[in-house]
Amino acid sequence: MKILVCISNVPDTTTKITFSPDNKSFNATGVQYIINPYDELALTKALELNEVAGGGTVTVVHVGLADAEPNLRKALAVGADDAVRIDAAPTDGFQVASEIATYAKDKQFDLILCGRESIDYNGGVVPGMLAEMLDLPEVNVITSITINGGLSQVERDIDGGREALEVSLPFVASCQKEITEPRIPNMRGIMMARSKPLQVLPAQGGALHTEVSEYALPAAKAGCRFLEVSEVEKLVELLHSEAKVI
Amino acid sequence: MSVLVFVENHAGQFKKAAYEAASYAVQLAAQMQTTAAAVVLGTVAEDTVRSLGKYGIQKVVCVQDALLDGFEAHAAAKAVAEVAKGIGAGVVVLSNTYTGKALAPRLAVKLQAALAAGAVELPELNGQDLMVKRTVFSNKGFADLALKTAVKVISITPNSYKLVENEVAIEVENRNGVVSAADFKAKVVEVKKVTGKIPLTEAELVVSAGRGLKGPENWHMVENLANALGAATACSKPVSDMHWRPHDEHVGQTGITIKPNLYIAIGISGAIQHLAGVSGSKVIVAINTDKDAPFFKIADYGIVGDAFEVLPKLNEAITKFKAAN
Ligand SMILES: Cc1cc2nc3c(=O)[nH]c(=O)nc-3n(C[C@H](O)[C@H](O)[C@H](O)COP(=O)(O)OP(=O)(O)OC[C@H]3O[C@@H](n4cnc5c(N)ncnc54)[C@H](O)[C@@H]3O)c2cc1C
Repeated sequence: MKILVCISNVPDTTTKITFSPDNKSFNATGVQYIINPYDELALTKALELNEVAGGGTVTVVHVGLADAEPNLRKALAVGADDAVRIDAAPTDGFQVASEIATYAKDKQFDLILCGRESIDYNGGVVPGMLAEMLDLPEVNVITSITINGGLSQVERDIDGGREALEVSLPFVASCQKEITEPRIPNMRGIMMARSKPLQVLPAQGGALHTEVSEYALPAAKAGCRFLEVSEVEKLVELLHSEAKVI
Repeated sequence: MSVLVFVENHAGQFKKAAYEAASYAVQLAAQMQTTAAAVVLGTVAEDTVRSLGKYGIQKVVCVQDALLDGFEAHAAAKAVAEVAKGIGAGVVVLSNTYTGKALAPRLAVKLQAALAAGAVELPELNGQDLMVKRTVFSNKGFADLALKTAVKVISITPNSYKLVENEVAIEVENRNGVVSAADFKAKVVEVKKVTGKIPLTEAELVVSAGRGLKGPENWHMVENLANALGAATACSKPVSDMHWRPHDEHVGQTGITIKPNLYIAIGISGAIQHLAGVSGSKVIVAINTDKDAPFFKIADYGIVGDAFEVLPKLNEAITKFKAAN
């Protein structure tokens, strides 16, 4: 199968988030960037699906600047065949989806896999927007996928349970944990990645739908009130009369 | 430019998140000096539909096509977009549930609308723009997002917005034949509802435990406390990775993000990735043997102690409290 995997470049999960003094931008100084963990799952699953199918290609696409290239090389080291970077600073989900849709529309991918959401802006909107732009079906938050001929069986999380669906290729899906475990590049993969193609394409551009006007950190907590093990009844009383949550 | 709210139903019932969206839409419409209408898809009893009037919804469009009884994003987006265009909606509001997450992006593209996913407060008006506050960096920050298009879509995070009662007379318009079988791109073959426990994403009270519980055989203590409280159960990532608990209980940056009124963390260290999924909780109680456990830094109440000693005591105290209240 010919599979496209959309990759987002995000701050490492241990990053302490800070903003510029005027709160207009994220402070990226010293921040380590990683492949979005859900996108790593999408990439691994794409490779596994092709292994089962006995062939195919996996292309990773990223909308972003050159500083993301080490992570695109990492995706190649994990096993993707080629990488595409669309050269624009990513600003919102609509822009990212539009750029990927422009790239993908005449490429006849059998399947497009994304992560459930990126862990920086947490919108989870790119897969659905991309599907709508390409007029394809989309299934979000999938926890399993198998493909038989032109038909795919997937499971997705729903509110209060899980749902099994059937959908015809081509389609877009966003991956939730449980779908697989992320694959780690080995030495051979890292060597091979150096000579795999990484293509840089110009962005289409277009009017922005959204713009962040200001960031803020969560309000600091008042501090923890410690109670003794013998004071559990007092804790219950405080939860009732002071915190008013029970 | 009125406000339209998509009120999601599950087997004909509205859950709390659906009423929150309706109430949010009504308050937003008041800010914008316009009215709020609702759209409901599939078979929902008229009494249930009319319950939206309690929160100030004046008009409901029920797209009654039976095909819409099972949610499918492509068909749902078509139906909601058609209603939105029909009434000239300037803003479409929905819940940021799994259903809303599947629907909102498609809808935004169809309506050429800017989308704010996961709003946590009512927007502020800024000329033609709406400024929407949403969480970013997995709960480690907030962003005020300006929505700059003529039509806007806002999905709201469940349990972020307080219901406002505001009973009004309600008009119900029924429609049919809005979608056809060809609009359904994915076919649902089976729905497995979680039964016998409170779904984590909807829970107002959550009891969660980590590696400090030592093994799956000890989880009855966690479940007993959850049952006594009427709470859902959750766990840290290593606990689900080791299959002590099902994956759908894993909360955190790579699991589920929750925002309950009360989160009780037992034997969980409070790693940054775990906190990312739960720090939005209104009140946090941490129980840990280690007085320096990071969880205490964001907890409201803490007990430094052994879970195996504290849990039975807490269970007893809760049971006593419940019996008396
Ligand atoms: C990319 C990435 C993503 C991640 N995503 C997540 C995520 O989404 N969610 C998540 O939870 N983690 C996540 N993690 C893992 C995270 O870093 C921590 O390793 C994990 O949260 C630790 O789980 P824990 O607190 O249960 O276990 P531990 O860190 O082992 O802590 C156990 C705690 O229990 C206490 N304890 C021990 N015995 C007792 C007792 N008898 N009574 C009371 N307390 C006791 C100890 O003092 C300790 O604080 C992620 C990590 C990475 C690298």
